[in-house]
Amino acid sequence: MIGDLLTAAVRVATPLALAAIGETLVERGGVINLGIEGAMLAGALGAAIGASSAGTGAGVAVAVLAGVATAAIFAAVAIGVRADQIITGTAVTLGMTGLTGVIARRFFGVGGAGLSLPTLPPLRIPVLAEIPVIGEVFFNQSSLTYFAYLVIPLTGWLIFRTRYGLELRAAGASASAAAASGVRVGRVQTGAILIGGAMAGLAGASLVLAQVGTFTERMTGGRGFIAIAIVVLGRQRPGMVAAASLLFGGATALQYIVQASGSGVPYQLWIALPYLLALAAVGRRRPIGP
Amino acid sequence: MTAPARLVSRWARHGLLEALLAFGVGLALLAVFLGVAGFDVGASLAALWRGAFGSWYAISSATLVRATPLIVLGLAFTLGSKGGGLNIGMEGQFALGAIAATWVGLHATALPPFVAIPIVLGAGAVAGAAWMLLPVAMRLRFGVTEVISTLLLNFVADAAVSYAVTGPLQEPSHIYPQSGPIAISGQLPKLITGARMHLGLPIALLLALLLGLLFWKSRWGFRLRAVGAGATAARVTGGIAASGVLATALLWSGALAGLGGAIEVSGVSYALYQNLSPGYGFTAIAVALLGRLQPLGVVVAGVLFGALEAGAGAMQRDAGVPAVAVQVVEAVVILTLVILTRRQERDQ
Repeated sequence: MIGDLLTAAVRVATPLALAAIGETLVERGGVINLGIEGAMLAGALGAAIGASSAGTGAGVAVAVLAGVATAAIFAAVAIGVRADQIITGTAVTLGMTGLTGVIARRFFGVGGAGLSLPTLPPLRIPVLAEIPVIGEVFFNQSSLTYFAYLVIPLTGWLIFRTRYGLELRAAGASASAAAASGVRVGRVQTGAILIGGAMAGLAGASLVLAQVGTFTERMTGGRGFIAIAIVVLGRQRPGMVAAASLLFGGATALQYIVQASGSGVPYQLWIALPYLLALAAVGRRRPIGP
Repeated sequence: MTAPARLVSRWARHGLLEALLAFGVGLALLAVFLGVAGFDVGASLAALWRGAFGSWYAISSATLVRATPLIVLGLAFTLGSKGGGLNIGMEGQFALGAIAATWVGLHATALPPFVAIPIVLGAGAVAGAAWMLLPVAMRLRFGVTEVISTLLLNFVADAAVSYAVTGPLQEPSHIYPQSGPIAISGQLPKLITGARMHLGLPIALLLALLLGLLFWKSRWGFRLRAVGAGATAARVTGGIAASGVLATALLWSGALAGLGGAIEVSGVSYALYQNLSPGYGFTAIAVALLGRLQPLGVVVAGVLFGALEAGAGAMQRDAGVPAVAVQVVEAVVILTLVILTRRQERDQ
């Protein structure tokens, strides 16, 4: 029972962690991208279309491309002409909701994508999966979860150990000071936004291919926004961001168990729980964004 | 200067040219996108026009009915942003307003309409403001931007509606996830027989007028604009308590959005449903920006987007294009406007 809950928590946490790790880079550069909700949605549709036409590998590739393309729109407006980031991000998410709705209808008809989509099955890692309790929980997951395990330390290395990371942090601390010392702020921020878009696209792919198994309109349901709250809770540190994702994954997975067991508490409270948790998370921290 | 040139320069000064351009770009990109996606562009746009302005029925029973909540919510966003706050949570405040209006409306059977209607609408406004209390408190106490908190509360509000229509407010037979009809005395009267247009429209116009007077003729409006233009400058040179002005603006913004939900229940649906708003809370951001954050502009933009929403329904019925397609137009309008505004600021 607990094992099942934790396994589900890791599965549910994967898209959150992927998107949040990407957004960590973005926010390290002093930018907040509310458009990752739209990028995740675009990635979800891209994954569904790619997977239904040429298998799961194509699905992941199309998802990444869709996420990057969405992030590129945000970067062009928010960095290119320095328009308001919040308004721009909101508009990008709004537009992607419409765009994915129309394209999905065109591709899958009124009935939707159905359940015939090829999916990413859990892969048991031979030795590691034998570890009592946590073996099953962490090492019997889809390939995208293992990719997330790799990306977490990699992002830490990128932020704290590379020249790019230094420039990114400088841009985030003070754009004008960074520019004065020769950092190409716009270029550095745009790089982070595009990586963030790729990660949000992957998040959408993992939602469709490793969790839900189909595409529905607005299926991301605010997960991109939750990822932003996760970045706040994880203080923009990859390891802590990953841990915060797991916390949210657990809070979401809880509702499946509780709904099945039929306790007296209205199930809507469990649906609202991750969002309330996110509110509590941002409430404890210093202001974020510009 | 010739008369047409004077007119053009007047329009340019008020941002009308940008607004027209943005709306045109939005529609043009929609047409291109529908063509690329393989829909019949001519038939789709013809259906859009028919559903929006094609007949008196379309105007009086679809376009203006849709425009009403958009105007009210557009004013809500305008009020918040005049004070320097971004209310991205209007969807949630709208839902809470609808819940409160339904709850009061179900119990208003014994009251005459001139008592019941103000109570129903007032309950919606109070609920909307109450839903804004937490974001305001978080902003003042912890400096947390209202953007994230209001956004997250949208999803909590969704769950609250779901709870209300399957729990305490569910219709008596307990079969459908919706409330029973509110008392007739709590329902806004229709303006003309045979049209769905209701008293909510004049209420929205009146609110726009009041807000315009407030912004430009009152001391509070002056403070609001000063804080919105620059909180530090307003505090230092004007001795204005910026955080208090911002909090008040956001709370009233929430109240207006809640009122929007109440007007929708009292004038259109007469009951609480899930997904009562097809995204009005986000469309209204486009409305407010297209209206250049001016009450009169918001009214015009609200009617335009109301027409778009109404036309989208017809487009879905007659041409098979999902109604969410209009969100593409909204997004393009917003992006075009923020780009044009930035360019203007830099040129000055």
